[in-house]
Amino acid sequence: MYNTTELCSVVSGHSSPAAILCKCTTRTAFISQLVKKRQPWILLPGNFQRLLSRVLKLALSSEGLYQLFNIPAFTTAMTSSTNVSCFHEARRVAIFGGTHGNEMSGVTLVNLWIQNGKEIHRKGVETKPFITNPRAVEKCTRYVDTDLNRAFTTENLSAPSGDDLPYEVQRAQQINEIFGPKGSPEAYDVIFDLHNTTSNMGCTLILESSKDHFNLQMMHYIKKAIAPDSCPVLLTEHPLLKYSTSRSVAKHPVGLEVGPQPQGVLRSNIFESMRVVLKHALDFIELFNEGLEFPPCTVDVFRVSEKMDYPRDTNGNIIAMVHPNLQDCDWEPLNPGDPMFQTFDGTTLRYEGAGTVYPTFINEAAYYEKQQAFVTTRRETLAAGAIKKNIGQSYSV
Amino acid sequence: MRKKMKKALEMEPVCLPALSRVAICGGTHGNEMSGVYLVRELQRQKLEKAGSATLTTVISNPRAVQVCKRYTDMDLNRCFTDAILSSPVTDATPYEVRRAQELNTLLGPKGNVGAMDLVCDLHNTTANMGLSLISYSVQDWVIMHIYRQVQRKITSAPVRFILLDLPLADAYSQDSLGKHGFSIEVGPQPHGVVRADIFNIMKEAVDQTLDWVQCFNSGSAFEGGEVDDVYTFVKSVYYPRDPETNQITAAIHPQVQDHDFCLLHPGDPMFLMFSGEIVKYEGEEVLHPFFVNECAYYEKSIAFHLARKMTVTIPPLQVKRD
Repeated sequence: MYNTTELCSVVSGHSSPAAILCKCTTRTAFISQLVKKRQPWILLPGNFQRLLSRVLKLALSSEGLYQLFNIPAFTTAMTSSTNVSCFHEARRVAIFGGTHGNEMSGVTLVNLWIQNGKEIHRKGVETKPFITNPRAVEKCTRYVDTDLNRAFTTENLSAPSGDDLPYEVQRAQQINEIFGPKGSPEAYDVIFDLHNTTSNMGCTLILESSKDHFNLQMMHYIKKAIAPDSCPVLLTEHPLLKYSTSRSVAKHPVGLEVGPQPQGVLRSNIFESMRVVLKHALDFIELFNEGLEFPPCTVDVFRVSEKMDYPRDTNGNIIAMVHPNLQDCDWEPLNPGDPMFQTFDGTTLRYEGAGTVYPTFINEAAYYEKQQAFVTTRRETLAAGAIKKNIGQSYSV
Repeated sequence: MRKKMKKALEMEPVCLPALSRVAICGGTHGNEMSGVYLVRELQRQKLEKAGSATLTTVISNPRAVQVCKRYTDMDLNRCFTDAILSSPVTDATPYEVRRAQELNTLLGPKGNVGAMDLVCDLHNTTANMGLSLISYSVQDWVIMHIYRQVQRKITSAPVRFILLDLPLADAYSQDSLGKHGFSIEVGPQPHGVVRADIFNIMKEAVDQTLDWVQCFNSGSAFEGGEVDDVYTFVKSVYYPRDPETNQITAAIHPQVQDHDFCLLHPGDPMFLMFSGEIVKYEGEEVLHPFFVNECAYYEKSIAFHLARKMTVTIPPLQVKRD
């Protein structure tokens, strides 16, 4: 077994955890210092992880290490990184606000950052804040002609441009030119699209593809950083329910949906939550660009399943409201037989599905016209492989 | 306090004419959904009477309801001043002014013996105001007794009264068309959304109002007493703006957000700047914020209103027998 002095000499010369080590006089002090500093395992540079693991293995059992650092498998960190996906440096990142002109947190944050971008600046990254639907923002309305966040279809993007096209389709073509073209190597690396919802969804991250390991790793990072607060991940990968979003122009589209907040209203708590999540997201990108390798991880997600409309009469008028027991219960289980809707004269209508689902977007104002009272989801765990930056790429400041 | 109560109980009962024509209005703002759905439900149930009183139900701004917006050209609920109601109609007249004049014919004429006896206008707010009754006088004993009944019977939300101290000619809202009138304001609810809990509170308030009307008309004697939680509008507080860009530079502070009718003391935080600084309340009087962060008030740059709290003594009330 190494004593502390030997530990220090072995790890000295590396970054800050070493400084902690050298100050400790006993082994227990060393362990407690590391715990106090809350040095997340994943933030330690790859080769230092391996060295420290080898050293600590002698001082502690695997069990002890797991408890300290909450790593799924001690041995994983020990093995050399064979199955690592390499991605290009994320050099161009955009932050979209005002895709819906009355979702105020994103509008306010982006306007703030257009004025002064210091907060979103990260070394080696070009972060571009951008108001996607300025006419809708000016009128404080969701959209002018058509929903911009449904407008990025192949059909729209390849249509001949012209003033006769709906405003949002013209806008989609312009955005595709600046930040895309969608699907091409020139497209932006990451786009964060900022939204609010009247639903009680907290800080929800929206993932479009279950195979986007970069995004999965980012979301895993954000979830850990924001804990104990939760950050549910909504996976919109679905043959019918997936929609063509403004962020889909980028290689790695990330939706951020924060609620509950009424349309046209700016709530301080919602605003600050969105700000914090973005901070962590940009931190992740910076670490990635610095060469940090992110080990394999799993991410719990909610995969969209089915759209549920309001009960309507023969004229198409809504005849019931979301039941008080379901209202505000986004992400909570809805079991067969649970109350779902309440008619205006007080009758309860119950959920009659086959199994338990997890509803979300419950009572979103904008979805009345889309015939959606809520959407059901099913829980799933996605695995993300290890990722790191492509070595050999020039590092631009 | 005891002296006042004694005085109230000893007062001669006030006798007022029966309320034979009652109107319930929804959709005065087209995106305030509880009233829209409640009026539609009353129409579906073909509710035309409340005891001996006739009941009229109206969707006040159908065009705004159709597009689920507050208004199309201008706020309908600011169009009921004497001046606007009597203004000549031209091609340039906004839709809501024409509609206000139509409603004046249907429910009024304002100030005239032919007007509805009671007009009750249904509204929602994004502010956390629970159930509020809003009117222009604390000496309209019909309204004050209705308020007392609603406050006693409803337990699912806090119930308060808001006084807008304006003479009838300047009264701008639809409820001023009736001989007696008040607005029912329930929140918090996002515009464009119908929440079951909020709908049910509004329904209870309307039920209690119609119940009171029936009891009053059939001769019940209502004893005098005191009503509290009465708030008088004092002034509005505006959002701080950047002098150069005119953009709003702060959000309402978390200590005021959702704290309608709580106390605001000099020195208490009011706004949290995006830069992190706090803007404090620098008035001298302790007041009560309400309509805190109401969506519709952004266009007027109003963050919230401030009110003074008071108690009102009301006399016993009974219907006038012919």
